[in-house]
This record gives sequence, structure tokens and C-alpha cells, in this order.
Amino acid sequence: MASRQRGATDPAGDREILSAGDVARTVARMAHQIIEKTALDAPSAPDVVLMGIPSRGAPLARRLAAKIAEFSGRTVHEGTLDITLYRDDLRRGPTRPLETTKLPEGGIDDKLVVLVDDVLFSGRTIRAALDALRDHGRPRAVQLAVLVDRGHRELPIRADYVGKNLPTSKTEDVVVMLEEFDGRDGVVLK
Amino acid sequence: MKHLLSTDGLDRDQATAILDTADRLKQALLGREVRKLPTLRGRTVITMFYENSTRTRVSFEIAGKWMSADVINVSSSGSSVSKGESLRDTALTLQAAGADCVIVRHPASGAAHRLAGWLKHTNTSVVNAGDGMHEHPTQALLDAATLRDRLGSLDGRRVAIVGDVLHSRVARSNVHLLTALGAEVTLVAPPTLLPTGVEKWPVTVSHEIDAELASQDAVMLLRVQAERMHGGFFPSAREYSIAYGLNERRLKLLPEHAVVLHPGPMLRGMEIASVVADSPQAAITEQVRNGVHVRMAVLYHLLAHEEENA
Repeated sequence: MASRQRGATDPAGDREILSAGDVARTVARMAHQIIEKTALDAPSAPDVVLMGIPSRGAPLARRLAAKIAEFSGRTVHEGTLDITLYRDDLRRGPTRPLETTKLPEGGIDDKLVVLVDDVLFSGRTIRAALDALRDHGRPRAVQLAVLVDRGHRELPIRADYVGKNLPTSKTEDVVVMLEEFDGRDGVVLK
Repeated sequence: MKHLLSTDGLDRDQATAILDTADRLKQALLGREVRKLPTLRGRTVITMFYENSTRTRVSFEIAGKWMSADVINVSSSGSSVSKGESLRDTALTLQAAGADCVIVRHPASGAAHRLAGWLKHTNTSVVNAGDGMHEHPTQALLDAATLRDRLGSLDGRRVAIVGDVLHSRVARSNVHLLTALGAEVTLVAPPTLLPTGVEKWPVTVSHEIDAELASQDAVMLLRVQAERMHGGFFPSAREYSIAYGLNERRLKLLPEHAVVLHPGPMLRGMEIASVVADSPQAAITEQVRNGVHVRMAVLYHLLAHEEENA
């Protein structure tokens, strides 16, 4: 893994965009940005909760929460929000298995909710997440953090925190790998 | 999946997928402000009940409504069925009117299968909500969901099904499903209340309830179905209750972790003593609660995917 050059193309035509080290640094930077933008280290800091969107948004939210605690000394609660039941394309494929939903301790009412996902693409997942959030309570505000923004939005949605802006063509595939699922961290363009 | 007609033929993976969906739905609905999911918006679900029912009809209706489907209830009295319309014509009418799913309960065994056959070249799904003495698949699924909640897994678990097995669609559906999920099923009943051919079922048969209880992880009691009995299956209700009823003494024979299930409606004092029904080991209200989530899961698996064209 470590021997692999960033940006190098392997024989299968896959290009590494972020190495394991890059992923860690990117998550750390995003944690700093969240602290700064939400003024989490100020005495009048808002109640921030992170909601990861399964599958890979969930461990990203956990990592961000850990980094935020490390850098700011503030505990932010995190949860998981499955959006499958809110998708607009359920009738365009086989039955999708549902993922875990777990609200953070203390719920989301009047909190500043930061949605966390791995890749921002069409924006439809985030649209579904906003609908799902609304059924769970009434946050004070909602923000969005993504590890990779690959463009091609189909809805008026943008992220507040972006780990890596990655111009792609629609036919390319952005694969985010995380230790928890894939045995290693990294981002690859296929 | 297009129809859910029986648990016979439902394999372990399919059954587990439905139960997992039910778990996740329960989780997604926990503590939320709005108990409504948009998943089946614009789909029409019709329940067609030719037999009385409280919990099954209500829980299908709630399940559909919580997923935003339009749910319409048709009962045999008050519909054209009372004018003599056949099941086939009623079904075709409902299909033509725009039903995406027909949930049917009928006193004749095999009614749901016939219905699915008539609707073969349409996109309408059929759910069997109990057909005569044949099957009641969503009941078995909610029983399995309740046992998974209480026991963790069904693998290697021992479940005794006690009572009127002969007339019980709940027993048939549970035998298929619980064995598919890895449980060992024992049927406990007097010989007159066991179906012919039971020796070919993947179960152990016993006539002695006291001898079986100590080794069970769960006991499922069946209602004695007087409405399906024409003749003497046992000498008297009192005698049946003494021989096969789960009373306080027998509850003590069960291991402490064992779960007591009853599909309802219960006849307290007959197959189950009141103290047993209200004991912490009884999971009867959990069964009803799980029934809603399981039926939501079934509707999700039948309706929330691309059309498998027939």
C-alpha cells in the first residue's frame, strides 16, 4: 500500500486519489474546519451532532467526532441515519437492504446537525437525508461534510466541508475505502 | 419477491432478509416525531378479509399506512362478496381498480395461491394473511422476529408448538420457517389434533407436554379452533386444559430464559392460564408490536423494487 504512488495508475486503470495517510490528514483538516465554522471551541458553542450516512458515512462521522474531541476538548455526539426508505429510486432496482439508524444521544432537536457522507455526487442521497431528518425532529441547522465531492449535482445542494474536490467524468467510479469495511483507507478513481 | 403465499419454500436467506428489514424498520421508527415513512407513497394496498380478524388486519393496515401506502379494507360482508361474487372476480376487480398488493384472508386452504395464479399476468402482489388450515406466513415471521429479539438467534434453539396443530395455519407456517432458521421444533398435541402425514414433517412429535418443557427455549401455544371443529377431538374443554394447557405449574418446568408465545386470540384458562399470559416470560404483546414491523418489511420486499414482469 505504502509503496503505491499517489496519482499512479495501476494495470487495471485505477488511479489512487488519496492514500491512507491522505485520508487521515483530510479527516483531521475537516475536523478543524467544523470546529472553526461552528465555533465549537467558543464558550457559547452550539450543540453539534454528527450524523453519518451508511455505509461509509457512519465510520467517517465516528472518526470526525474523535478528532473534534481531540482538537477542541468538546464531546460531540454522533449517530447514523439510513436514508434507504427515503430514496427516490427504490423502484429502479432490486430490493435494497436497510442499514442501521441510530439517533445520537440527546436526539437532534435544536442541534446543529452535520450530515457526513463519503462521496457527494448527484445530491439525491442528501435530499433523502434531509427528508429523513425532518421526520426525526427539528434541528436548529443542518450542514454537510463529505470526504470527496465529485461534482455532477442534479439538485441544488452543496457541502459545507469538503475533504477533496475531485473533477470526474460521469462514467468514472469514485471508490472510498475505509479500514472498517475494506481493510484499508484510500480513495481510488476507476 | 412478488408474492408471499407461504413460508414453505422461503429459504434461510430470504427469511433473514425480511427479519433484518423488520429490525431496521423498528430501529428507524424508534423515538421519532413522525411515524410515517414515504417509501410506498402512491402504492395501493387492499386487504381482503373473508374471515374475522383483529390483529392481522389492523397490523397490515398500520404497516401500510406507516409506509405511506393507500390502504383500503374490504371485508366479505359489506362488499359484493355478500351478493355472491366469486373470489376470482373480486380479485380481478380490485386489480383493475389499481391495487398494487392484495392481502387476503380466506377460510379455504389454498385461496391465496389461487389468487396469485389469477393475477399472474399483472403486477399485483398477493400476501397470504391466513388461508384455512394451510399457512399464515406473516404470523410465523413475527414469531421468529420475537424469538430472535428474546433469544438472539434461532440456531439450535428448541421450540415446542402445543395444541391444535391439525387446524393451525400458524403451526404449519412456523414449522417451515423455524426449521429453515435452524430451530428444532417439537409438536405437542393429542393424537386427534395432529394432521395425517405429520411423520413426514421435519419435527419431533410428542403427546406429553410435561416431558418436553424442561428442554425448550420457547413454547408456542395454539388456540383450540372450535370454529373448524365438527366432532369430538377431545372429551371436554376442561380435560384439554388439564392435559395441554400451559398453567402456572408447567411454567415452572420451563427454563428461566424460555419464551411463551401465543398468536392470539387467546382463550385464557383454556390453552394458557391468565398468570402465564401476563408473566414476564410471555412475549404476546411483543408479538403484536413486531407484527407491524414484520408486515412493513413484507410490503417493502414486495413493493419497493423494480417490477419483475410476469
